[in-house]
Amino acid sequence: MDNKNWKAWLYLLPAVAFLGAFMVYPLADVLVYSFEEGYNSASQTFFGTGLYNYSYVLHDPYFLQAVKNTFILVIITVPISTGIALLISLGLNSVRRLRELYQTVFFLPYVTNTLAVGLVFMILFKKTPYSDGMVNLLINWFGGESVDFIDGPYWAKMFVMCFYTVWVVMPFKILILTSALASVNQDYYRAAKIDGTSKFRIFTRITLPMISPMVFYLIITGFIGAFKAYSDEVALFGTDLNAAGMNTIVGYVYDMLYGNSGGYPSYASASALILFAIVFTITVINLLISRKNVHY
Amino acid sequence: MKVVLDHLTKEFPSRSRKGDTVVAVNDFCFEVPDGSLIGLLGPSGCGKSTALNLICGLEKPTSGRIFFGDDDVTNLPPENRGVGLVFQNYALYPHLTVRQNILFPLQNLKGKDRLTKAEMLKKADEAAKLVQIEQLMDRKPSEMSGGQQQRVAIARALVKLPRVLLLDEPLSNLDARLRLQTREEIRRIQRDTGITTIFVTHDQEEAMSISDLIVVMKSGVIQQIGKPQTVYDDPANLFVAKFLGTPPINVFEGRVAGGKLLLGEDEVLRVGGVADQAVWVGVRPEGFIPQEAGPLCCRLEGVEVMGRDTSVVTTHPAAESVSIRSIITAEHRINREAGTVRFALKPAKVFLFHRESEERIPFEAG
Repeated sequence: MDNKNWKAWLYLLPAVAFLGAFMVYPLADVLVYSFEEGYNSASQTFFGTGLYNYSYVLHDPYFLQAVKNTFILVIITVPISTGIALLISLGLNSVRRLRELYQTVFFLPYVTNTLAVGLVFMILFKKTPYSDGMVNLLINWFGGESVDFIDGPYWAKMFVMCFYTVWVVMPFKILILTSALASVNQDYYRAAKIDGTSKFRIFTRITLPMISPMVFYLIITGFIGAFKAYSDEVALFGTDLNAAGMNTIVGYVYDMLYGNSGGYPSYASASALILFAIVFTITVINLLISRKNVHY
Repeated sequence: MKVVLDHLTKEFPSRSRKGDTVVAVNDFCFEVPDGSLIGLLGPSGCGKSTALNLICGLEKPTSGRIFFGDDDVTNLPPENRGVGLVFQNYALYPHLTVRQNILFPLQNLKGKDRLTKAEMLKKADEAAKLVQIEQLMDRKPSEMSGGQQQRVAIARALVKLPRVLLLDEPLSNLDARLRLQTREEIRRIQRDTGITTIFVTHDQEEAMSISDLIVVMKSGVIQQIGKPQTVYDDPANLFVAKFLGTPPINVFEGRVAGGKLLLGEDEVLRVGGVADQAVWVGVRPEGFIPQEAGPLCCRLEGVEVMGRDTSVVTTHPAAESVSIRSIITAEHRINREAGTVRFALKPAKVFLFHRESEERIPFEAG
């Protein structure tokens, strides 16, 4: 028995060493930095320990703005993207002709380069000296006023941000949900048909419970992904997210480290740990709910 | 409720562009008497499941009509036919309890057919009682054995009081012991409810043991319909003779010459009224009588004692299969040391079939 244990640890050694050096050690370091006041990574000095960094971050209006933005983004995009992905997957699952074509079309954003996606959104939303963008053309056509989606009011920018996020995360969700739907045994539907079950009831009582593990998986990973949002905001609004009022928590961490106001690893560590606490709490809540609602 | 199939045909388009259409069910005509238990029997791929799907309405026939009693249900959707179907894998909803599973069909009813909650629960309890699973009502399907799941599936099919109950390979997912028990259970439930029941199986023993009538199918065509014993004793062709009975029938290449049946060199029987020709000869395992001067001389390969009777394994040059298996009563002692054993044949257990068409050729024994 001991011999076997020894061998198992030997086999695990490369992975353990790698994870220890590149994950556990840096994570512990972050935790340490977050309690060290005014830590300087160049001189490796600090002048005190305590909760000051947390207090600073939690009183920083930029951080509070970033938290607000992130929460709005999460609360809007996760349900909407999962819901629309479910609708599209149900549609894909019920069409016979041209199914592969539709599947490819819906999956395209996943394989498209981020810069190309940015370009598409530029054409859709950006105001240039020559045009107001396609969405504004549509708004004008219906008799509305042009809106500056990139440099304009907060709600317009937030709309673009949510729209973009939903659009980017959707293909993966559709992929997962179509395969989940396809793996439901057809006999359940045949049994339901013989019993004269209505379409709505088939969906709520059979389809949804059957794919509920996958739906919860998507919701949990969707929450985590949206809390980590940053690069999409840079693609849309440029690197100075604080000026645009569109910063996210991860963006704030980055700014604290490397941005114009950067060079504060202690503040960055404290805000990163606050993000971790938020994501952890939300995920635990999600898991508790899913344990009650996912039946097998 | 009697069920009438009138020239029922189902063709499936070919997978490839050029290929012929596949005729899964070919010109079915038969009548299922009210309140009887019918076994649709055939090897896999013979179209028996398609026939079941046509009756319950999951498939539309290419041509032909289906009647339940005097109602033409050919174009009715499944939910309006009043059928209950038990799937081979039971198709119980895994996230619902037994009670919820049994209630499911009742909760689908709308308008005037809709029952109150109390009535639904009462009906579900009655159905559960019929299949003896009252004590399992709050379990999930995954917490039950295969046999219990089977009963739940039957209860769910019965709870709406269907006009016709259909079972698709009801016993194939159960182990041998449970299979025996469950097939008697199905027979009992069918008798208690009096619902016309059609079940599909590839297991001839299962079909013979509980059916009032069996329908033997091959490649979408009905070979023979009749009471199990009649079909066994009087098979219409070589396929039916081979398909029914365990151990299976022994088939020989034989010929009829001058009113006598010859297996190789052995003159085994007098067969009256048959023209001289080459034939297939089928002899049931119980059709052999060991006799010292018997006309059929076989090389003895082995004797298997089974207590009540004895199974004698022999070979014969004219036999189609490698070995011949005969079942004789334990009173007959076989000398294991002897190289050969001689048999006389019981005329009623010997069938002649045409060499090409494989249809039965009747003969007069004597």
